[in-house]
Amino acid sequence: MNNWKNFTKGFIKENPTLVLLLGMCPTLGVSSSANNGLGMGLATTFVLVMSNLVVTLVKDFIPDKVRIPSYIVIIASFVTIVQLVMAGYFPELNAQLGIFIPLIVVNCIVLGRAEAFASKNKVIPSVLDGLGMGLGFTFSLILLGSVRELLGNLSVFGHKIVHADGALVFILAPGAFITLGFIIAVINKLKKT
Amino acid sequence: MEYILIVVSAVLVNNIVLTQFLGICPFLGVSNKVSTSFGMGGAVIFVMTLATIVTYLVNYFVLDPLGIGYLQTISYILIIAALVQMVEIILKKVSPALYQALGVYLPLITTNCTILGVAILVIQKDFNLMESVVFAFSNAAGFTLALFIFAGIREQMELSDLPAGMKGIPAALIVAGLLSLAFMGFSGIV
Repeated sequence: MNNWKNFTKGFIKENPTLVLLLGMCPTLGVSSSANNGLGMGLATTFVLVMSNLVVTLVKDFIPDKVRIPSYIVIIASFVTIVQLVMAGYFPELNAQLGIFIPLIVVNCIVLGRAEAFASKNKVIPSVLDGLGMGLGFTFSLILLGSVRELLGNLSVFGHKIVHADGALVFILAPGAFITLGFIIAVINKLKKT
Repeated sequence: MEYILIVVSAVLVNNIVLTQFLGICPFLGVSNKVSTSFGMGGAVIFVMTLATIVTYLVNYFVLDPLGIGYLQTISYILIIAALVQMVEIILKKVSPALYQALGVYLPLITTNCTILGVAILVIQKDFNLMESVVFAFSNAAGFTLALFIFAGIREQMELSDLPAGMKGIPAALIVAGLLSLAFMGFSGIV
């Protein structure tokens, strides 16, 4: 039961981007389409799960004073793995996401979960926490990406619904800020009622 | 001439916050007051320029000759973290006044993705050392400019009456969107 909670809390209640407001840069940067959002979300989920797993395994051997640098090295190693796999097998997605792949290292969600959760909990809860948070992050990226793609290009996951031009501004930078602002406003409203 | 192009492009046309989406966390986090936005901006200008020089040298004199380019991400983040710590210690000793002004912002900078982002971009764009320094400095200046304008608007916005759900971050994001729209007016200059 408790494990189930650890898994699901990242979806809505403690959604990392929409409620905790962590990891805004990749959220805004790669959500110009639902597909990009999905790719970035899954890459981050992988890093989150693996870093949570390793951090919780080694937490007893790391002196308290150097724990943050050690966590960063662990995270950076997995990000490098993701980078190499992406470049090798998904060159197109890699080109789309560009600089945001190496920047998973400084995504506050990853370090935040390592420090706030994995360093204090056992293996299974930590992995579930990482998975749940990662999927919650993926969900919000897809949500934001879908809205922007729908308004900006009138398409869903790359499939045109109406053959006409959308409001291009939603694909461009201003649309990212404005759409995310409205999504968070709706969630704030729902939380209060 | 080349350098002026880099400056204009980094500060106005491709503003790192408003069009590249780097450094959003400090952009939203420390933009409540105009005075703190200057402190943060100053710290970013200082660290970004320094970090870019060091990572540039490490890339071309250590990583490249040894053929271990794939360690770029790991080594950069460690260099930046160590550098920030070092700057903090040195500033504390050498210039207490400057430390007073920038001190609280320094630890936040390690996880500021603009620093790592610019260090990687410089390598991707094949800049030479001088171009890299100018690029890093002007990107940091662009960050400071965006932060400063944004903080000014937010100070004014405190006084206005907003629907409950829009207060705080949602309103801030929409303001950022409008600001970004305004900066799009610069595209085409370079």
